[in-house]
Amino acid sequence: MGPFDLLALEPPGWGGNLLRGLANSVQIAFGAFGLGLLIGTAGAYGKLYGGKITRDLLGLYTTIVRAVPELILILILYFAVTDLVNQMVLAMGGERIQISGVLAGIAVLGVVQGAYATEVLRGAILAVPPGQIEAARAMGMPPVKLAWRITLPAMLGFAIPGLANLWLIATKDTALLAVVGFNELTQETRQAAGATKAFFTFFLAAGAIYLVLTLVSSWGFARIEAWARRGEPRRSR
Amino acid sequence: MGTKPYSTPEAIRVDDLYKSFGTHDVLKGVSLTALEGDVVAIIGGSGSGKSTMLRCINFLETPTSGQITIAGEPVAMRPDGTPADRRQLERIRQSLGMVFQSFNLWTHKTVLENLIEVPVHVMKCPRDAAIARARKLLARVGLAEKEAVYPAFLSGGQQQRAAIARALCMEPKAMLFDEPTSALDPELVGEVLQVIRALADEGRTMILVTHEMKFAREVASHVIYLHNGLIEEQGPPEALFGAPKSDRLKQFLKSVS
Repeated sequence: MGPFDLLALEPPGWGGNLLRGLANSVQIAFGAFGLGLLIGTAGAYGKLYGGKITRDLLGLYTTIVRAVPELILILILYFAVTDLVNQMVLAMGGERIQISGVLAGIAVLGVVQGAYATEVLRGAILAVPPGQIEAARAMGMPPVKLAWRITLPAMLGFAIPGLANLWLIATKDTALLAVVGFNELTQETRQAAGATKAFFTFFLAAGAIYLVLTLVSSWGFARIEAWARRGEPRRSR
Repeated sequence: MGTKPYSTPEAIRVDDLYKSFGTHDVLKGVSLTALEGDVVAIIGGSGSGKSTMLRCINFLETPTSGQITIAGEPVAMRPDGTPADRRQLERIRQSLGMVFQSFNLWTHKTVLENLIEVPVHVMKCPRDAAIARARKLLARVGLAEKEAVYPAFLSGGQQQRAAIARALCMEPKAMLFDEPTSALDPELVGEVLQVIRALADEGRTMILVTHEMKFAREVASHVIYLHNGLIEEQGPPEALFGAPKSDRLKQFLKSVS
């Protein structure tokens, strides 16, 4: 079989498997990035405005998560958390359950993304001119509304470059989930390559798919950044 | 103040205000009363506490002790000076339009969006009515053509006029000006002062911290000279600028003229 036959979407080609792997990867990356944004926003506000205990706990979280290699975190969180959940279920007299790979992947990578996003968003919030926040306070804006309508939109332009990095890292970190047997793009590629011995063809194809994903993402983030910085005079970006 | 009839209600009252930053005492017991329609100018050297006094009125700075009363309503304070009732403070802040030295317009919103932000999203005024009011105000400050422009594309004088319109769009009972022309290039000061003068002429209550002595003399009904956190001298502008009593004020007026 030539390379194009190998990459055909229908069996005996493996292209369909690769695309399903891509869909799984994107799904997990999207979920993890979203979860990371939620954790990061809460974490950034906690670090900036929280009490001492909140700040210490968040410091512990961001330090540990950023210090330990992600592969190890994934193994710890995946197996330890699965085990913990199962022990709790068994203790309550239930049956051993299989945790969905997608949900576990999103949770694990989301916790990792959240630590980095906390720092990205904290820096971006600090970059908002304090006078803009003060003006909103002086006009009687309640704190949550102020965060949602003034601080977050104003910091977005500062946050986008860092967040775009996090998204691209998320898309590639999904490959680490192969170690827990999740069928994302890299895992599918290895299976296809192993079964056909056409290593070069499949890994090149996977590389090309990751490249396209990156290019599309960069274009999207550039659009978002242009929108977020709509109030700024044009300058080299 | 003395020229007003006794029936004129009080708009802003500050009683025995103290403020320290750590061990540094910035305000050491200052009081002020502005009746409706009064224009009170606060003057003084750098570090005299004049901006801090203004910022304590709407609690952008937390007083160490003292009492702030807006339109007869005392602002609820805890013993440490922090506001005790967030909703009350928000309501009171909406009745005080504040204008800052550095404009502080929201850079991600157009001029019109800046004006209607609080009326629509906080005070729940219908959007159409807020827009109509905003357009009227923009025309008044000479920015009718600029409603769709982002603040960064305006000159300093235009930004400050937009900021004044933004404060007015809340329909406040009184205006607080914190050195509104200090960040402007000299040739842009006049256009902003002209807008403020028009507000004074229509009888708006305002408290104005300023370095523009000539302007203070022209628009103020009452002038307060602060020195080292205390009121050194106060009175009608003719008396304060024409016949200053204290040596410090004489010296200060000489140094700024």
